[in-house]
Amino acid sequence: MDSLSDYLLLSALLFSLGLCVTLVRRHAILVLIGIELMLNAANLNFIAFWRFGPNPEALDGLLFVLFSLAVAAAEAAVGLALILAVYRRYSVTDVENIDELKG
Amino acid sequence: MSLTFAIIAAIVLTGAIGLSVLRKTVHCVLSLTIVFFGLAMLYIRLDAPFLGFALVLIYVSAVTILILFTVLLTRNREIETDVSPYSRGSIAGLIVGGSVFAGLIWMIYRAPLSRGITELESPASVKSLGERLMTEYVLPLEVIALLLTAAMIGAVIVAMKDPG
Repeated sequence: MDSLSDYLLLSALLFSLGLCVTLVRRHAILVLIGIELMLNAANLNFIAFWRFGPNPEALDGLLFVLFSLAVAAAEAAVGLALILAVYRRYSVTDVENIDELKG
Repeated sequence: MSLTFAIIAAIVLTGAIGLSVLRKTVHCVLSLTIVFFGLAMLYIRLDAPFLGFALVLIYVSAVTILILFTVLLTRNREIETDVSPYSRGSIAGLIVGGSVFAGLIWMIYRAPLSRGITELESPASVKSLGERLMTEYVLPLEVIALLLTAAMIGAVIVAMKDPG
């Protein structure tokens, strides 16, 4: 059986990759995808800590992930709607060109 | 680390690296589905089959299709062909990501993690999850339902064409 630190390592890698995608890519949708990746890394941590914790019969870790999935779905829907609205208004999806509020 | 875990981790990381380096946005989104499939396999491996299948249902089907639709609705050829897909401050972004990773690794190796694992009689069943949701977690469930409704209505209003 794998150990808890394997899962934590994988989820740390996934989180950092998501952060890099968010910071490095220009396309607004990819920035959103990076955030999704980070959220899922956190979910993997929740499940790993639940499974390797002292009391896996209590399902609190799983319920946390269930709620976080719902919040992530809501976030994705609103984020994509915002990207669509920005595209309609300015015809860009490049986050570097959406700089009207920049001082 | 077992072989199964190594294979699944390789799948997840291939998808994640693919979505950070691929040029076309559509390819990145398809690579995201690989990541979610791998994560669902990991969930099932961690005795949470319901959440694994829920991840496939919500992410691989619903969210990815939603993202794909948005990609196709906001097609911008100039970005995908001429300009670099990376932003101007990408070196700084890589440095930030790398240092966050280093910090996380340092924390993981410093933390006093337990080595053992408690055996479960059976994987977490939908029945027990539902019982917990309907008794102890009924208020959070209601709040999440309200949040989802509000988010859906908000998304429709934001994405709606201006009237008139």
